[in-house]
Amino acid sequence: MTAEPLTRRSLLQGSAAAAAAIPALGEAQAAPARRKEGAPMTPVGLTVNGREVHLQLDPRTTLLDALREHLHLTGTKKGCDHGQCGACTVIVEGRRINSCLTLAVMHEGDHVTTIEGIGTPEKLHPMQRAFITHDGYQCGYCTPGQICSAVAVLEEIEAGIPSHATQDLDRIAFSESEVRERMSGNICRCAAYPNIVAAIRQVAEEGVKA
Amino acid sequence: MRPFTYSRAASVEEAAKTAAATQGARFIAGGTNLLDLMKLQIEMPTHLIDVNHLGLDRIEPTAEGGLRIGAMVRNTDLAADKMVRRDYAVLSRALLAGASGQLRNKATTGGNLLQRTRCPYFYDTRMPCNKRKPGSGCGALKGMSRSLAILGTSESCIAQHPSDMAVALRLLDASVDTASADGSRRTIPIADFHLLPGDTPEVENALRPGELITSVTLPKPLGGTHVYRKVRDRASYAFALVSVAAVFAKDGQARFAFGGIGTKPWRTDAADAAALSGAAAVAEAALSGARPTEHNAFKQQLTARTLASLYRQKGV
Repeated sequence: MTAEPLTRRSLLQGSAAAAAAIPALGEAQAAPARRKEGAPMTPVGLTVNGREVHLQLDPRTTLLDALREHLHLTGTKKGCDHGQCGACTVIVEGRRINSCLTLAVMHEGDHVTTIEGIGTPEKLHPMQRAFITHDGYQCGYCTPGQICSAVAVLEEIEAGIPSHATQDLDRIAFSESEVRERMSGNICRCAAYPNIVAAIRQVAEEGVKA
Repeated sequence: MRPFTYSRAASVEEAAKTAAATQGARFIAGGTNLLDLMKLQIEMPTHLIDVNHLGLDRIEPTAEGGLRIGAMVRNTDLAADKMVRRDYAVLSRALLAGASGQLRNKATTGGNLLQRTRCPYFYDTRMPCNKRKPGSGCGALKGMSRSLAILGTSESCIAQHPSDMAVALRLLDASVDTASADGSRRTIPIADFHLLPGDTPEVENALRPGELITSVTLPKPLGGTHVYRKVRDRASYAFALVSVAAVFAKDGQARFAFGGIGTKPWRTDAADAAALSGAAAVAEAALSGARPTEHNAFKQQLTARTLASLYRQKGV
């Protein structure tokens, strides 16, 4: 027996196929074949989670839509699509950004890390494990963005980048108020915030011990 | 988003030339504000010129003892820069009070100066807005104006300027360096860079068509104690209702600039001159000529209280 494991994704894909009459979402993520008008397709090469990819894209395609609709890396989520919620957070060239507010064609040659590149179910990143340990989510929709952001936040503190919560601009150290301020671009409508902070604290403390 | 073509500029000259020669062209830097507005079809450029690869990402001391900040320096890098932290801390503080970590990683110095208002009537394309659609009227004048400006307003527009960074730059007497398609360069004092709305709220700054911001220059450090106090509806990641940037000298003299209350970053000589008379006097001088609405009149008292809190923090 080699039955495919049933995942939420495969279930959703199954139901989408059964309801093929429902039009696809949104204009910007239209696949090439469906494009009716507009600018010539533009080639872009990216390295996503260590893998080189080459795409032909409508210049309107955001990095988020390139990841989800073209590379089928659906771990990165589309929440508000306006840079307000942080669900689309990915790490580009070592920096966390909102992938919804940047065009894929602007990232020629860039290295992108999504939640799929942070860890896998078999080999979780310490931050993923800590989110599970501390129940850092309920519905889970914001979680990939929260985790990408949290991983980058600890690196930012390590690199001595100050924040609004930093008392002395020359003394940057981990604290819960630093985490809360630095994570404010990631909204969790289930309000798992105390547990998210606990998860990040655990990883920070493990890092110190290591 | 409406369709557009995209090109990557290889030099400042090429970028300015392409922009001047292409109808409907816009520069794109961080894109955090422009793409947001393009999705809402408030901005509808037909061509985007990517100016991220022009080597405008350095922070260097000037011969005059100041600092030249490349237009593509990210807000995160500017706030974290050692020279900025040491000599222009009010600029670090203002930057860190704005946006989120993700946005600051992308947003640029030049782009921040050009960001558009967050007036709800500018954002809602079903509403009249003289800034978005000249001549259509102002929905805000008799509408929800709680977040909007009380200074520098006109019968056409009461939209507030949204930037924190620009308030600190106004305080520091920064200047904006530009390049034009004909190869000419010029420097615009920050005080003259942003324009009052008057009858033409759609014209927001002194840039000519195709003119590209290449850097922002700070004069030599002022010394003193630098403070940026921002009051907003949430403790983080929200625009200012009122913000005050200040530098206090040892003798009690000070200078002030204000965000959230003006149609441009707000600064008056009278407010600076009142520094020794205390917070209430500074507030009165700064708010001279204010024309609040029913909904945003609270910003006057909030400005006075923010200043009072600043004076207490400073211990003067």
